Amino acid sequence: MTNAIEFSGVQKSFGNTEVIRGVDLAVEQGEIHAVIGPNGAGKSTLFNLVTGRYHVSRGRIELNGENITNRAPHDIFRKGLSRSFQVTNIFPRMSVFENVRCGVLWNLGYHYSFWHFVNRRRDLRERTESILEQTGLASRRNVPAGLLSYSDQRALEIAVTIAGGASVVLLDEPTSGMSSSETEQAVALIRDISATRTMVIVEHDMGVVFDLADRISVLVYGKVIATGTPEEIRSNAKVQEAYLGTEAA
Amino acid sequence: MTIPGAKQTSVGALVIALLIILPLIVNSGFALTVMSQTGIAIIFALAFNMLLGQGGMLSFGHAVYFGLAGYVTAHVMNGMANEDLPYMPVSLIPLVGGVAGLFFGILIGFVSTRRAGTAFAMISLGFAELATGLTLIIIFFFNGEEGVQTDRWVREEWFGITYGPDIQVYYLIAVWCVIAAIAMYLLTRTPFGRMSNAVRDNPERVQFIGYNTHRVRWLAFSLSSFFAGLAGALHAVNVEHVGFETVGLGQSAVILIMVYIGGTGHFAGPILGAILITLLNAYLSDISPAWYLYLGLIFVGMVMFAPGGLAGLIMMHDPIRRAAPHLLMRMAPAYAAAFGTSLVALVGCIGLVEMAYFLSTTVSRNTALILYGIALDAADFWPWLVCVALAAAGALGCSRTYPRLAESYGTAMHEARRAVAS
Ligand SMILES: Nc1ncnc2c1ncn2[C@@H]1O[C@H](COP(=O)(O)OP(=O)(O)OP(=O)(O)O)[C@@H](O)[C@H]1O
Ligand SMILES: [Mg+2]
Repeated sequence: MTNAIEFSGVQKSFGNTEVIRGVDLAVEQGEIHAVIGPNGAGKSTLFNLVTGRYHVSRGRIELNGENITNRAPHDIFRKGLSRSFQVTNIFPRMSVFENVRCGVLWNLGYHYSFWHFVNRRRDLRERTESILEQTGLASRRNVPAGLLSYSDQRALEIAVTIAGGASVVLLDEPTSGMSSSETEQAVALIRDISATRTMVIVEHDMGVVFDLADRISVLVYGKVIATGTPEEIRSNAKVQEAYLGTEAA
Repeated sequence: MTIPGAKQTSVGALVIALLIILPLIVNSGFALTVMSQTGIAIIFALAFNMLLGQGGMLSFGHAVYFGLAGYVTAHVMNGMANEDLPYMPVSLIPLVGGVAGLFFGILIGFVSTRRAGTAFAMISLGFAELATGLTLIIIFFFNGEEGVQTDRWVREEWFGITYGPDIQVYYLIAVWCVIAAIAMYLLTRTPFGRMSNAVRDNPERVQFIGYNTHRVRWLAFSLSSFFAGLAGALHAVNVEHVGFETVGLGQSAVILIMVYIGGTGHFAGPILGAILITLLNAYLSDISPAWYLYLGLIFVGMVMFAPGGLAGLIMMHDPIRRAAPHLLMRMAPAYAAAFGTSLVALVGCIGLVEMAYFLSTTVSRNTALILYGIALDAADFWPWLVCVALAAAGALGCSRTYPRLAESYGTAMHEARRAVAS
């Protein structure tokens, strides 16, 4: 089976600084793949490259075997890849319900239609409701997104991301800044979502990572230094030295 | 339980009834002209707000689509009169203007909507200048500074309508105004309308839910140009002349000011702005030569103190009205006080402006002037003293009444929230 995402020799420079220094990485179909690494390692940049937000300087990225290098973000989304943002990135003036509905629109085929009424479409409402239920936001549906609590905003970030029915979902630090009980909820949600999707998550909380991930890649200073199962990563000497060791200290 | 849309339907019915009987109540020729102008302004303002309010695009040149459609309409009507073009009823001619607006909107919008923000605003300015330039260069179409003359009486239509009498034109405009307003309102509830808001609020995220932001903006621009063109066609029918000023920066600025004063954040805002500014323009520009100064001051005042416009000011009270309407009554004294002191200040300031304007523009040595119906001499000392005193007293009063009004609003909001919570 082709990999869900495949990076081959991907390199990214901002001016003279090389931030991604030749990454080869394969995300398998259906797995939860965690990307870990110290601050500034280039994890978010990797997401920005695969989703078309940044231009790839060199190399090639494939989604389900199809070359998507340097395609426009909306094109890549339409091919079934969706992402959340490390810093919450939603529509603050719209209600929670409307935010999620915006995420649903393209996938249900409404595209740029100006001849359908959004509040008359049953499929739109039902899909939106089910996403709200799944993400635990149903009771907050009418609240303007900008007024939500932090953890609810993070949940909405995920809700908007999965609303479009993407088969591959990238989450950038979904639990950052959350209390332990909120983190627990978020982990349950991510596990629930992953049942039908391939997931890539960037996460600093090692508890979450080792709990959720099928496989882990360690990114240090723009290079993947190891990829493997949680056990392999835990016992990997290079990782110990470069990253996990410092974390434990 | 209320039926969804019932409120809108009853408001709509009320508006339509008002539009029908209005010319029967105020049936002076001038009033009729003003009402026709208002109807056109409403369509244009709503179209403009599809860009500014709904789509977050500030255009300094939206009159281009209004004016160009006006020219096209005038030529089509002339062509029909000469039998160069196949006949179509003048009742439907606004559609010709709409299609013309749409055509230019699609064409120019493709370029200008590639960018948002300041770049978009600058490009719109460029195209406005370009259009004005073209009106003076392409003589066979625009006829230079003279503009294009036309005659709306092409042929007798249904029910003996000829569009000879102004009242028939008024009803034509009223009907199209209602149709266009409903259409534009409904557009806000379509996937396109929702994504237009989304692109306004967060263009970055929109790309990651599958939408091409350029496409969304381009579509908004094109549809908005359609309605601007529709308004332009009605303008051509109404005044039977289209001049180069219709595509110009002045016209674009007026619509921007109208929409902003009315309020961009609410669908009805531009309607309020269009009505208010058209009325003030019609009635004040005759009374006072300083009208543009006042318009400018109103605009600046709105931008500084009430960026939500009139609609924003009204909607501020909506949570209170919904929670506990009686709280609004309790704010009445504070409002009356603020209104009273403002009025005093206003009377003083307007007096000063009028006298200064009169003295600086009068050619003869004649300094006799009628102000507020009082005959006085602008060279005298005492009228100035009285006006300065009024302005100062009013300003002093306002400095007391406005904080009190804000406080009363705050209390009412607080109680309204408590009423909702309990
Ligand atoms: N648009 C940009 N322009 C210039 N430099 C950038 C840009 N985006 C990221 N960088 C740099 O690239 C490096 C990697 O950043 P990135 O955000 O990918 O790190 P990260 O691994 O996600 O870190 P964190 O864990 O703090 O989120 C950083 O040094 C950052 O300063
Ligand atoms: Mg990051």
